[in-house]
Amino acid sequence: MSGLSQKPWIWSYLAALAAFGATMIVSGGQGGGSLFFAALTFASFAVIVGVGQMFVITLGPGNVDLSIPATMTLAATLALKFMDTNTSLMLPGLLIALGTGTACGIFNFGLILLLRIPPIIATLSSSFLFQSLAIWSNRGLRIKPPEPLADFATGGLVIPNLALVAIGVAVVAWIVLERAIVGRWILATGQNMRAAQLSGVPVNGVRFGVYVASAILASLSGFLLANFSGGANLNMGAEYMLTSIAVVVIGGSSIAGGNSNVPGVCGAALFMFLLVSMLNSYGFGAGARLILTGVIIMMVVVFASKRKYAA
Amino acid sequence: MTRDQLRILLPVLSLAVLLAAVFYLQPRTMSYFGLNLLFNLAIPVALATIAQMMIIMVNDIDLSIGTFVSFCACVTATFVHDTPLLGYSILAIAILAYSAIGAVIHARGLPAIVVTLGMSFVWSGLAVLILPSPGGASPEWLQTLMKSKPPLVPMAIIAATLIALVTHLFVKRSSFGVVLQGVGGNERALERAGWSIVKLKATAYGIAGLFGALAGMALVGLTTSADANIALRYTLLSIAGVILGGGEFTGGRVSPIGAVIGALTLTLAASFLSFLRLSPDWQIGAQGAILILVLAVRLLVSRREER
Amino acid sequence: MTDLNTRPGAAVAPVVSLDGVHMSFGPVHALVDARFELWPGECVGLVGHNGAGKSTLVNVINGRLTPTQGKVRYSGHGGQSDAATGAQEAGIRSVFQELSLCPNLTVLENLRIPYRNIPRKAWRREARRMVLAALDEVFPDHGISADAVVGDLSIAERQMVEIAIAFAERDTEPALVILDEPTSSLDAAIAQQLLSHIKKFCAAGGTIIFISHLLGEIFEVATRILVMKDGRVTQDKQANAFTRDSLVDAMGHVVETSGRTQSARQRRAVGEEVARLNNGMTVHAGEIVGLAGLAGHGQAEALARFYMSRASVWRSTKTPEVAFVAGDRTRDGVMPLWSILKNLSLMTLREFSQNGLVNRSEEDRLYETWKERIKIKANNPLDPILSLSGGNQQKVLFAKALASSAPIVIMDDPMRGVDIGTKKEVYSMIRAEADTGRSFLWYSTETEEVLECDRVYVFRDGEISAELTGDMITEENLLRASFELQEATA
Repeated sequence: MSGLSQKPWIWSYLAALAAFGATMIVSGGQGGGSLFFAALTFASFAVIVGVGQMFVITLGPGNVDLSIPATMTLAATLALKFMDTNTSLMLPGLLIALGTGTACGIFNFGLILLLRIPPIIATLSSSFLFQSLAIWSNRGLRIKPPEPLADFATGGLVIPNLALVAIGVAVVAWIVLERAIVGRWILATGQNMRAAQLSGVPVNGVRFGVYVASAILASLSGFLLANFSGGANLNMGAEYMLTSIAVVVIGGSSIAGGNSNVPGVCGAALFMFLLVSMLNSYGFGAGARLILTGVIIMMVVVFASKRKYAA
Repeated sequence: MTRDQLRILLPVLSLAVLLAAVFYLQPRTMSYFGLNLLFNLAIPVALATIAQMMIIMVNDIDLSIGTFVSFCACVTATFVHDTPLLGYSILAIAILAYSAIGAVIHARGLPAIVVTLGMSFVWSGLAVLILPSPGGASPEWLQTLMKSKPPLVPMAIIAATLIALVTHLFVKRSSFGVVLQGVGGNERALERAGWSIVKLKATAYGIAGLFGALAGMALVGLTTSADANIALRYTLLSIAGVILGGGEFTGGRVSPIGAVIGALTLTLAASFLSFLRLSPDWQIGAQGAILILVLAVRLLVSRREER
Repeated sequence: MTDLNTRPGAAVAPVVSLDGVHMSFGPVHALVDARFELWPGECVGLVGHNGAGKSTLVNVINGRLTPTQGKVRYSGHGGQSDAATGAQEAGIRSVFQELSLCPNLTVLENLRIPYRNIPRKAWRREARRMVLAALDEVFPDHGISADAVVGDLSIAERQMVEIAIAFAERDTEPALVILDEPTSSLDAAIAQQLLSHIKKFCAAGGTIIFISHLLGEIFEVATRILVMKDGRVTQDKQANAFTRDSLVDAMGHVVETSGRTQSARQRRAVGEEVARLNNGMTVHAGEIVGLAGLAGHGQAEALARFYMSRASVWRSTKTPEVAFVAGDRTRDGVMPLWSILKNLSLMTLREFSQNGLVNRSEEDRLYETWKERIKIKANNPLDPILSLSGGNQQKVLFAKALASSAPIVIMDDPMRGVDIGTKKEVYSMIRAEADTGRSFLWYSTETEEVLECDRVYVFRDGEISAELTGDMITEENLLRASFELQEATA
């Protein structure tokens, strides 16, 4: 038990497995493969933004990036517009998406630092701007992605290509958090910013890096999502505001900061998709699914706070 | 001039500047009908902003207000319309639930941001259950009230003034409102004086729930129907409105009049662009830009004060 | 026991009586066998050095702490109701240095917070009348508006408001007012107004407990003086039984100056100047510079400012200029979620690692080295830091800083709550490090530690009130420089 409670992320995998099993029971074992494929695909988007949000939340109370959906939309819109289905512009298109993300991150942290406002307000205000830029550049047109990119985003052998990207992101994030000096600095800043500073941690540099990284990951996710779904769409990011926070919380990261884990984000992302399929297969609608998601989030928080009391 | 007065001056000025710009660009709006058009949708936004202000006043933040307003709108357009007694009971229970959440958040020391995030899923789910597809109808009296045309001053202005006045009297002038503000200012001082912070927070959340419910009803009165996602944007708009209105994120420094003005400014910013002949695409952007601009000006003012 | 003979009327009951009150926090005995009564009309000066137990005593009296042994009785109460309520009903009010006002409310609104049963109707008029009456009475010509927002007031004005609210009438009359350093941010003239009011208040039958580092003030108002040392009330006499010198004597003599440290000090030679602070303090290579004075007189702030001026918040470096040892572990030092190992290595990650990844074998080696050198009592480096005792946590923080290559080590009263054995070990380690040319800036609230330093700056009211070197560093000189001995120049 103590071993398990030290690895709270295991629960998200168990829950995901349970949801998968429950779905299989209904379908009589049919379509397990395709469900698995779909789960991995859709979880990938949530993993990529969730990892970014996780780094931000790790920075401690008050740190949360509300601009993720807008950044996703903006990056995807600009990149697809630039590529304009032109196959030869795929790499520059990706760079444009990531560049947009970088700019968004710098803008976010600039607001936090220069206006001395809480990150939640800063990212909220900038998300309005990003969203508007996206609408303006999109002009209601839906530009298709270049064919090879669309094939890449929807395809895959055994496991989807997108899942490979997500796994790559997760591995890098895990190395940063668990093995790199920067990871120690992020965790220290999140536990106690003042103490971190007094221990020689360059806290502003760390926070800058984290906000930029979050925005870059959001832009990557947006880029992939647009290619996957056949074009950028202005509401494409909307659900990821709550989802990105939810996967972090359900994955067992502490909302109080300083204690995060990458495997949990992945497990929670899988779980959130499989929960939907399970409820669908049992004939529950979107309403029940949302309610259950909310209840789970709150139960995780209450459970986490209980552990803290016990310790 | 005190800092409080300065704080309210900025939102008033930004609203005045924006309004002047609108009048200059489109003199025809300087009429009963024009004003009504400009500010019509401000009433539910203002009510939701007041709800958010109650939570921010006690140093928390509410990420569920948008879905809660949507939920209340769905209840209004269905149950309140069809079986009023049941409908009002549901709304009352929802308000009590809000209050209970406030108590639990404080008693268990939970992060408000995550609990309200979880609740936003719950409210959203309930709304979808009640109204799976857009529809419903507004109760007769509500529609009549929201669309009424009182002489001289448009309904939107009267309602906004009334909301600002009532909440100002309660929060800023009543002896209980002062204690509620104290929760945000110095929780420990209140505890020492023997106040129960749990009860006070539950009250603040309960009042927030009440205004959230009113926002949902007002919204249905205006649009005459509801859908489960009708007010999702209110979460962000209400936070922006509180901050625009001179509220601060911590320390219990909020202003009800400012919050209502902030909500009006945000609504106006959206309509402003259509008069600039700019595409409505920039509506949200204009809201964000105004927010950043006001925060920047506020920083300059406070820097000058420090000197 | 008091030895006062003159009681204002035998029928009068004491406002508060303490009967063998003990207060311990774990193994620390903060208050030992306090037994005395406070009578109406008395103004009791409470003096003692840092950590003598003054704040524990007043917190027991005002009901915020429940004694581990013994009983606190209030006039008219048998101690049935819980202590905090009893104290409140008995009219016990406290003014502490940490302000307990709501900065977002106005002056009159702040009176409403402790005034639980304020009448609903026209409460503002009532509150305004009361707070202005109290302000007018204590601080004539105060010039504070009842409608001013407290956050907009100067610190002195806030302190005046807080004091006035403590003296204001409301549902209960003030019977005993506890004033902890009430004049710390008031100028001399205003402080004088407060002292006159205290005398008036006592003459009318009120009781005051007055804590101040300004002995002049104590002698001016106190009718009786309690001296505390090591958690005990060591002297309890009428004020006129003390002279300034005898009072300083009564507070002191915590430690004997040992010959060993004396000789150690004399034989040490220091190198060239390595840093000069804004306030004029200098540090030389290999020197142990002490910062002394009563707690909260600007020493910690001076150190924090110096640290921030030498360390970047944007970039890190392999060769840091300064390292910091925190005293307030929770606020400045410990990473509560981390293991001993990670806490230990945080400051030196850059120094022992290459290519951005943590070199974990070097990290383990670091732990082994310092576990040996500083004798951290831990079973496993991966245990959480909070599983260690306070003293061992502090050792980890020491090791963290000493392990770095920084030529200057800043110590912000790092020995609070550390047992004597650990202290001795750390002292010798600091000395050994200083012999290798490292400089130390050491703020300490304990005289014994200040005596270990080569040179000492004594702080008072945020400024350096004395610089002591060599044989001048004695307990008496430290006390004299910490306490304002001159009359307040009104």
